[in-house]
Amino acid sequence: MSVARTTRTRKDPASPKSGKGTAAKRRKSGPRVGPPGTGRRTDQLEAMLRIRRFEERCVELYSAAKIRGFVHLYIGEEAVAVGVNQVLTPEDAVVSTYREHGHALARGITAEAVMAEMYGRTTGCSGGRGGSMHLFDASRRFYGGNAIVAGGLPLAAGLALADRMRGQANVTCCFFGDGAFAEGEFHETANLAALWKLPLLLVCENNLYAMGTALERHEAQTDLAMRAASYGMVSWAVDGMDVEAVEQATRRAVEGIRAGTGPHFLELRTYRFRAHSMYDPDRYREKGEIEQWKSRDPVSLLMDRMRDSGELDDEEVARIEQRITDEIDHAVETAEQAPEEPVEHLLHHVTSGPAEVVS
Amino acid sequence: MGDDENREPKTTYREAMREALREALRADERVFLMGEDVGRYGGCFGVSLGLLEEFGPERVRDTPLSESAFVGAGIGAALAGMRPIVEIMTVNFSLLALDQILNNAATLLHMSGGQLPVPLVIRMTTGAGRQLAAQHSHSLEGWYAHIPGIRVLAPATLEDARHMLAPALADRDPVLIFEHGSLYNVSGELLPPTASVDLDHAAIRRPGTDISLITYGGSLSKALGAADELAAEGISAEVIDLRTLRPLDDAAVTASVARTHRAVVIDEAWRTGSLAAEVSARIAEGSFYELDAPVERVCSAEVPMPYARRLEEAALPQTADIVAAAHRAVD
Ligand SMILES: Cc1ncc(C[n+]2csc(CCOP(=O)(O)OP(=O)(O)O)c2C)c(N)n1
Repeated sequence: MSVARTTRTRKDPASPKSGKGTAAKRRKSGPRVGPPGTGRRTDQLEAMLRIRRFEERCVELYSAAKIRGFVHLYIGEEAVAVGVNQVLTPEDAVVSTYREHGHALARGITAEAVMAEMYGRTTGCSGGRGGSMHLFDASRRFYGGNAIVAGGLPLAAGLALADRMRGQANVTCCFFGDGAFAEGEFHETANLAALWKLPLLLVCENNLYAMGTALERHEAQTDLAMRAASYGMVSWAVDGMDVEAVEQATRRAVEGIRAGTGPHFLELRTYRFRAHSMYDPDRYREKGEIEQWKSRDPVSLLMDRMRDSGELDDEEVARIEQRITDEIDHAVETAEQAPEEPVEHLLHHVTSGPAEVVS
Repeated sequence: MGDDENREPKTTYREAMREALREALRADERVFLMGEDVGRYGGCFGVSLGLLEEFGPERVRDTPLSESAFVGAGIGAALAGMRPIVEIMTVNFSLLALDQILNNAATLLHMSGGQLPVPLVIRMTTGAGRQLAAQHSHSLEGWYAHIPGIRVLAPATLEDARHMLAPALADRDPVLIFEHGSLYNVSGELLPPTASVDLDHAAIRRPGTDISLITYGGSLSKALGAADELAAEGISAEVIDLRTLRPLDDAAVTASVARTHRAVVIDEAWRTGSLAAEVSARIAEGSFYELDAPVERVCSAEVPMPYARRLEEAALPQTADIVAAAHRAVD
């Protein structure tokens, strides 16, 4: 079986500051992790820092009651989103979970559009109807933002199926957690995807916990890559704290998928430094464990490596930090000022046609 | 009966549905059919028999027994620009895919602020009457009609079976089609397509002036039978086929009640929390002052559907029950 490759046109990474304009316009521009596939370390570093600083700001805004709802932070796991997204092209599709700020930003959705969504504003990437757990951007083939554990997996198989049926060389990448591994939907999808040789990249973010339940307390067999391999797909376990390792593994997997060898599974061993959500007092983990994982912070890990090789100095770090601070300040400012969706629009987007009238 | 079959070319509901599928697969490359046993087997109810030979295994796609995965895959494929028709063997099994239908198909458009319509058709059988017992006989379409963001159809006639699929595929939103299991063998002369087949309007299957019998799907023939009996007694019953359970055609119901001033709602689902409850409530809200009698409901008994024939018959709405309800309203 061979999958025809389509010619790709890659857009230049646009300027992060698109200024004023409609939400739709803003969605089309925004920072990418450099041209996809270049693997430049400074791009990786900046992309990871953007996610971290964005979420740190979210904590402040949440405490100030500016943003609400369930907010799940990705801090500690940034290397996964960045390493994986770096390999994907704009034509590929991404399906994500409720812990998706990192995936969304790494996919190139602007901090401005994501922040506006957190504020529930019209200019948010989901028009204020999704919030933190439901970020979408059709123009970037970013299909959420799914708050049902494992709910995005079948959907991702369908996106991959559509691409395959039309002979397109796109890959669909689906992020999910170790907790999702216990759901039937994971296993149904793995079977279907392997059976039909779908161009699907399954990215399991194994952060060792499903809310407060540790991996060994929710899985009978904790070697997830091995279990995935039992479906007949190539599966690897990867150090999820090392962005370069993530990028390399993803590149190999995506090459395999594009060559028509069917779905690939990556188990990315990672850790969330923060609680499950803003509501979680985090009583189920030992402080020592958290500290141990923090010593392998993906951001510091890359920074140290770059410093050692002389690629990075304090001035460069300061420049990157400043750029990101400006970007996030701008995102917060514009979100604060952005209009709220009028209540008269409540029933919009329930169906594509005119609003259903219920007498 | 044999003579009858020789006299005129008859079509079954099953064949009408198959013809609709064939036409859809021919008309649009993006259309494909997917589900358990739709290919080699020809469909659990024989609806897709022969389509695999004609269109090949890519477009008439047998799936593993994984309702959630293949319904979800249909949603994903629709998002990516395909026009999947997903068959679920029966509504009972659709519950394994309820998460995908409710949390993804029905909500993605809204959650994405209008960015992600899901142009998907899901077909499944529903209903009792074939002694298949509790796990193959329930009528849960009313549950689906509860959900904003999807359209719910219940073709009860050959013409609707033949002609509702094309507009369903043209809809940008998810459409669920419920085919009552007892209808597949119904045969008759298929009338040519008329403008009356659409997805927005109920149909008056028999005009009348004394009472409205409001129903859909598998109960339509029973309501028509009741109307015959009532006519013999001099009571003129109007039979309304809702056809689309969501969105409900309120105007048709209101207009009928304005003519007849009495209503019986017939629904094979359980009475409690049923679609019949919804229709009755709407009549109470919108046509209260038109009513000359309380709205009557004829639904299934509140019991998991039994296997034994006598019990199953007793649990289901029957023509005699409809006639009795009409008498209560008229007398
Ligand atoms: C079907 C379903 N069951 C339960 C929940 C509640 N819930 C939300 S997140 C979560 C833990 C999931 O853990 P995992 O898949 O490992 O992802 P992580 O949060 O670690 O990224 C649970 C149980 C849910 N959202 N959906």
